[in-house]
Amino acid sequence: MLSKRIIACLDVDAGRVVKGVSFRDLRDAGDPVELAQRHSAAGADEIVLLDISATRRGRRTALEVVRRAGRELFIPFTVGGGIASLAQAAAVIEAGADKVAVNSAALENPHLIEAIATRFGSQAVVVAVDAKRRRDGSSWDVWSASGSRPTGRDVLAWVREAKERGAGEILLTSMDRDGTKAGFDCELTARVSVAVRIPVIASGGAGGAEHFACVFREGRADAALAASVFHYGLGSIRRLKHLLLEQGIPVRLPC
Amino acid sequence: MIAIVDYGAGNVTSVKRALEHIGRECSVTADSAALERAERIIVPGVGHFRATEAFASTGLGAALEREIAQGTPVLGICLGMQWLFESSDEAPELSGLAVFRGRCQAFPVTVKSPHVGWDQLEIGGTSRLLAGLSSGVFVYFTHGYAAPLVKETVARCSYGAPHTAALERGNLFAVQFHPEKSGDAGLAILENFCTC
Repeated sequence: MLSKRIIACLDVDAGRVVKGVSFRDLRDAGDPVELAQRHSAAGADEIVLLDISATRRGRRTALEVVRRAGRELFIPFTVGGGIASLAQAAAVIEAGADKVAVNSAALENPHLIEAIATRFGSQAVVVAVDAKRRRDGSSWDVWSASGSRPTGRDVLAWVREAKERGAGEILLTSMDRDGTKAGFDCELTARVSVAVRIPVIASGGAGGAEHFACVFREGRADAALAASVFHYGLGSIRRLKHLLLEQGIPVRLPC
Repeated sequence: MIAIVDYGAGNVTSVKRALEHIGRECSVTADSAALERAERIIVPGVGHFRATEAFASTGLGAALEREIAQGTPVLGICLGMQWLFESSDEAPELSGLAVFRGRCQAFPVTVKSPHVGWDQLEIGGTSRLLAGLSSGVFVYFTHGYAAPLVKETVARCSYGAPHTAALERGNLFAVQFHPEKSGDAGLAILENFCTC
């Protein structure tokens, strides 16, 4: 049976993991490759490296991290953050990433999705969508530029378009829940999951194992992504997966 | 030396790195002569069936056919497996190598497509490639079309409908999933191929 994926996300600034980590036996808690390997050994199904570097130099360093991660990681890994052109996507994939996540640039220039899908296949294109519920609660808007700018686009319309243009997966972040540890937005996730026939990765709001169970069941998510919760709240991914398995949710246990 | 065939369909780097990780010498090549010299050959691939057109236009297809006939161990991965069948609905105008019968088809509408993620192998019969692995093991898939079950199928995966996940005939092996992205189980499969 196809398992529900647990994806560990690492925010990387100029080649270093930002957001604190509490593994005691790491040689270097800020090294994304070492952390990614650690997550992989604990049972992460996939790794997302999100480059939040603001400078060109920082981004070059990030590319070096992708190259190293490619040598050491034998599970799929996605790289996102600031990818604005086919050339940038190609650089990241040629450095060793299996997939690229595009967000704001795809909103400005939706042809970017087609361009990457044509060159590398749809399986290599993850369209990341930052969604915020409208004031009246009726639907969700897409926000761009790291969630700082409303686009006025409807989330469901945008994910459908992204799929038509060649997106292989949708990485859906609830801005309302992000950072709250109050649980994923299951309603939003379910709406998107039903709207498109491609896999949907839920993000934003993970706090406890019950939140993952809820987003897989009610949210119909194919995968769930979290960052800091794997360092603090939940112990490890291994423990989370055992808890999910007890609830009858299909997950892959690490060897 | 293991030759990894580069026909422009991605993921050669990850296959190379996985082989290096298990201590196997390999080189990426698009040269037919290099295939003749190789002890083993891996045909990777990910993406659209149309990418396999390069086999016909560059002479790589003919070289591979010769090596398969001579019994050189060959492993096809993902698209590299689908190309061994007669055709695919993804690009009906193209022909595969037709080593195995049947055509690759889209998934039924009852399931999401593409089939992305870790799914289980149902291993049936004896397999040199999957030696040491048990039925139920999870491996990483990412594909929008699926190969039919054939008599050479040694592992299937039931997503939508059962399809071929691994097959072997003599020294010809092929897998739909990505051993280079399937953690320890995948590395074990690559190791098996290197000692087959």
